[in-house]
Amino acid sequence: MSDPGAAVIRIERLYKEYETDAGPVPVLHGLDVSVMPGEFVAIMGPSGSGKSTFMNILGCLDVATKGEYFLNGRDVNAQSSDELAHLRNEVLGFVFQGFNLLPRANLEDNVGLPLIYSGAGRAERMERANDMLGKVGLGQYRRSFPNQISGGQQQRVAIARALVNQPKLLLADEPTGNLDTRTSQEIMALFSELNQRDGITIVLVTHEPDIAGYAQRLIRLSDGRIVYDGPVEHAAPHHLEATQ
Amino acid sequence: MIFPMLSEAWQAMGANRLRTILTMLGMIIGVGAVILMLAIGQGVRQQVESSIASMGSNLFIILSGSTTAGGARMGSGALPTLTIADAQAIEELPGVSAIAPSAPGTAQLVYGSNNWSTQVIGTTPSYLDVRDWELVSGAAFTDSDVRSATRVALLGQTVVQNLFGDEDPTGKTIRIKNSPYLVLGVLGPKGQSLDGRDQDDTVLIPVTTAQRKLFGTQFAGAVRFMMAQAESAALMPSVEKGMTELLRQRHHIREGEDDDFTVRNLTALMNTAASTAEVMSLMLGAIASISLVVGGIGIMNIMLVSVTERTREIGIRMAIGARGRDVLMQFLLEAIMISLIGCLIGVLLGVGGALLVSKLAGLNVIVTPVSIFMAFGVATSIGVFFGWYPARKASRLKPIDALRYQ
Repeated sequence: MSDPGAAVIRIERLYKEYETDAGPVPVLHGLDVSVMPGEFVAIMGPSGSGKSTFMNILGCLDVATKGEYFLNGRDVNAQSSDELAHLRNEVLGFVFQGFNLLPRANLEDNVGLPLIYSGAGRAERMERANDMLGKVGLGQYRRSFPNQISGGQQQRVAIARALVNQPKLLLADEPTGNLDTRTSQEIMALFSELNQRDGITIVLVTHEPDIAGYAQRLIRLSDGRIVYDGPVEHAAPHHLEATQ
Repeated sequence: MIFPMLSEAWQAMGANRLRTILTMLGMIIGVGAVILMLAIGQGVRQQVESSIASMGSNLFIILSGSTTAGGARMGSGALPTLTIADAQAIEELPGVSAIAPSAPGTAQLVYGSNNWSTQVIGTTPSYLDVRDWELVSGAAFTDSDVRSATRVALLGQTVVQNLFGDEDPTGKTIRIKNSPYLVLGVLGPKGQSLDGRDQDDTVLIPVTTAQRKLFGTQFAGAVRFMMAQAESAALMPSVEKGMTELLRQRHHIREGEDDDFTVRNLTALMNTAASTAEVMSLMLGAIASISLVVGGIGIMNIMLVSVTERTREIGIRMAIGARGRDVLMQFLLEAIMISLIGCLIGVLLGVGGALLVSKLAGLNVIVTPVSIFMAFGVATSIGVFFGWYPARKASRLKPIDALRYQ
């Protein structure tokens, strides 16, 4: 690792426990990870390995029990809930497995939604939303509603929404989990393009080796510990095996 | 920030139209009821107040006493114990500004081919002062008319309409019980009294004429009642005491014996009526307000359901950068919008209802701008008050819990 201050993500000794009736259940056992600008990282691991929990902590949707997390140089643990909202709004873009679009809003409004919370005016919102829709190839559907387009198209809209505020980091939690193979490939091609052409840092969780193959770096989790962290092409076959 | 939120609140309301309308219905009925009830209450109050003003101010009525005749007690005024001389003595009392002895009766009036039965009151010119009664034409009869018991009359508006129609009665001669009376003037309109009698259906003639020529009396100079006016409201208790003492003395009533007359403070009675009307109007408003509160609870109920239903949406919004206060604002705006639109419709219905009531039931109703402003103020407060808890509940959700909610 070069200068750690320049890292988009710097995580040290990150622990996470869930409180249950039977006492605390540990999920993450002291992770150390850094992600530099422009990296494309895939996270793999069997169910229960803690990768979704890890992703939610990265996305500032959940907080760690112990450990340090610096996002773009800022200490996430020291942020108030309003400041966390600000981070989610301006520093992060999040893409979900289930798309999570607002069904009552048209595509333009869906993509422009984060800009409402950053205080942009209507004209600016519409312009930037339409730009983004054009970038993901859906410019002609801006007045359509989510239920009028296909799953792959919905995921493109979600990606456009995640990118509309020009975030430093794009997080994707099994973005192709609900899509067929061909559409998955299209979505992954889009991710690659965003990473290579626009230099956007991407961290992506997946079950499928094919999808992980689009990334440069692989992090393999097992029982809340990192068992492999390195280039995808150097990973042992069992680190790349499908987990579902 | 507020404009996109307003349009989102509007969209959310449109998403479940039937439910929104049903929620609003509580507000509509509440506001409509308050506006209508306040309008009716105000109307009744104003009617009572104008009746009171039409009675005259600082008034006493002195009725001649009841008597026992062979075990059967007669009512007040049955025995004519009061006389014109009593009235003249009372007039000398300090604090008494005017007194009008009155000998009422009913008689048939004829003018040309028209005839009309009405109340004829024999009295003195002071009657007009005591009752604050103006003439719209002609002049009043004078004390000399009273002394010489001339056949002259002042007609109330209702009598004029029934006997003369559009004709001006001043200077004409009418017949009362077949004797000719010269009409000296016409009394101004007074409207209904508190007990609903038409005060304009009356004729005033000199008291002596009534006693000697029209009705006749058992005892010379006896009158059924007198109306007295005090110089000011503050003097009323001392005037009442003075009159009672004077009359007991004049009627030779010994200590321990009952009065043979009754003194009533009409102004106090009127004030009671006025405050009764006020209490009634307040109570109508209060009862209607209950439905407003129920409407507010309805809003809270629906907003709570809405927050639960839209937990996932809240999670999505938070994941892309909505702060707690943005979510709070969104739900609060929605609650306020529902209650304000409900209020607007309620005001329209309330005002319409008030117009309908005044048209169909002939009730006096008054819609004041104050009550409309108040309705909007209360509706906004209800929106904030009952929207606050659900909105706060939404804003306090943890993003991760809200997103996972199925």
